[in-house]
Amino acid sequence: MKYIDEFRNAELIGNLVKKLLQVTTQNWKIMEVCGGQTHTILKYNLEELLPKKISLIHGPGCPVCVTPLEFIDKAIALAEQSDIILTSFGDMLRVPGSKSDLLNVKAQGGDVRMIYSTLDAIKIAEENQNKEVVFFGVGFETTAPANAMAVYEAQRRNLKNFSVLCSHVLVPPAIEALLSSSEVSIQGFLAAGHVCTVMGYEQYIPLAEKYKIPIVITGFEPVDILNGVLLSVIQLESGKYEVENQYKRVVTKEGNVQAKKLLDEIFEVTDRKWRGIGTIPNSGYKLRDRYSAFDAELKFNLKNIEVEESKICIAGKVLQGLKKPFECSAFGKECSPEHPLGAPMVSTEGACAAYFHYSKRN
Amino acid sequence: MCLAVPGKVISIDESNPELKMAKVNFNGVMKNVCVQWLPDLMIGEYVLVHVGFALNKIDEKEALETIQILKEMGDLENNEESEIT
Ligand code: SF4
Repeated sequence: MKYIDEFRNAELIGNLVKKLLQVTTQNWKIMEVCGGQTHTILKYNLEELLPKKISLIHGPGCPVCVTPLEFIDKAIALAEQSDIILTSFGDMLRVPGSKSDLLNVKAQGGDVRMIYSTLDAIKIAEENQNKEVVFFGVGFETTAPANAMAVYEAQRRNLKNFSVLCSHVLVPPAIEALLSSSEVSIQGFLAAGHVCTVMGYEQYIPLAEKYKIPIVITGFEPVDILNGVLLSVIQLESGKYEVENQYKRVVTKEGNVQAKKLLDEIFEVTDRKWRGIGTIPNSGYKLRDRYSAFDAELKFNLKNIEVEESKICIAGKVLQGLKKPFECSAFGKECSPEHPLGAPMVSTEGACAAYFHYSKRN
Repeated sequence: MCLAVPGKVISIDESNPELKMAKVNFNGVMKNVCVQWLPDLMIGEYVLVHVGFALNKIDEKEALETIQILKEMGDLENNEESEIT
């Protein structure tokens, strides 16, 4: 398929691997931020192709993984109510809450529906005026515009029975949190190409300056990722620290101006708790006050739920790149995709599940 | 979650100015996609689609340029090798 096959081409991969061997003289640790990239790296076994001196650290860029457990519990509590239709993307339905998951609620008669687009949720709300329709939406800047559009449309169509339970997270503040932590030692970043497709990359320029670290906006195919690593290493070897764009075919400096305008109309920046990491200041979106009628947390007066995480799960360390999944004592034993103890094992983009699927232990 | 897939725009429906839609072909599978954020989109162009929304157009020139650079990387290599031998 056009724009996919070319970026999986063996000849180009071979060229990149050779070039990487040539230019790498020192040890470098590079973090790929996005779970989609982690998935590609494990699927194509890209770490095997890299010079031994380069290690890839898998970052926190899986929104399913970093959504707090209590938030999943809130979605479950809503889905259990008989007058509510809960809609979400497929990957949220399997995430275990503290006692159950949404698929389980559905099996027990709850009206839980998997949707492809947020506009499907709007349609469901129009067709079921006697029910409340809640869209459970998480995600980074890539997904936030779709959720913003649903709220915008609900307002325009004057839908009173639609609301969103949303917990959006933002990438640059997470990068900053990782860089300012003394535990984490990363020398280069592959920034998430699809987040930047929406947002552009201006926000990364002050980060690269402040922390003297190369940030390369990178795509998701194997050629993209190796190219992103190569551009990072070339910078590192020559002492540079710039923002560079590997994913020029879709990412521009200013991003998608229209989508950003909509985001700004619907959302405002807020502090967010990241599962396994903790609260990061200004790292998420919430609905602006003028759209609060569409906020499911307010509408259904959801109480704060206190929950306990599994004691053996080291998801927090995994999400910050401090430990590899197989260093967790539960990996592949008590914890597997069929029976996940922590969120990185749930989503196929989570580092633990990616390692499990492609059974890679070294 | 951030998965986005390239597809080719087959037709554009601008009947609703607040919600411009398009039929997009993903390797034989047709889907309705919201293209509201791409004001100058044309039929035949490729878009990058995430959860039913086109995030941006795919710039063919940039794609070819990236591929060209990576191809040449190998050509240079081969030339150097043949010079040595
Ligand atoms: S393997 Fe399971 S228990 Fe261990 S860190 Fe990953 S999700 Fe948590």
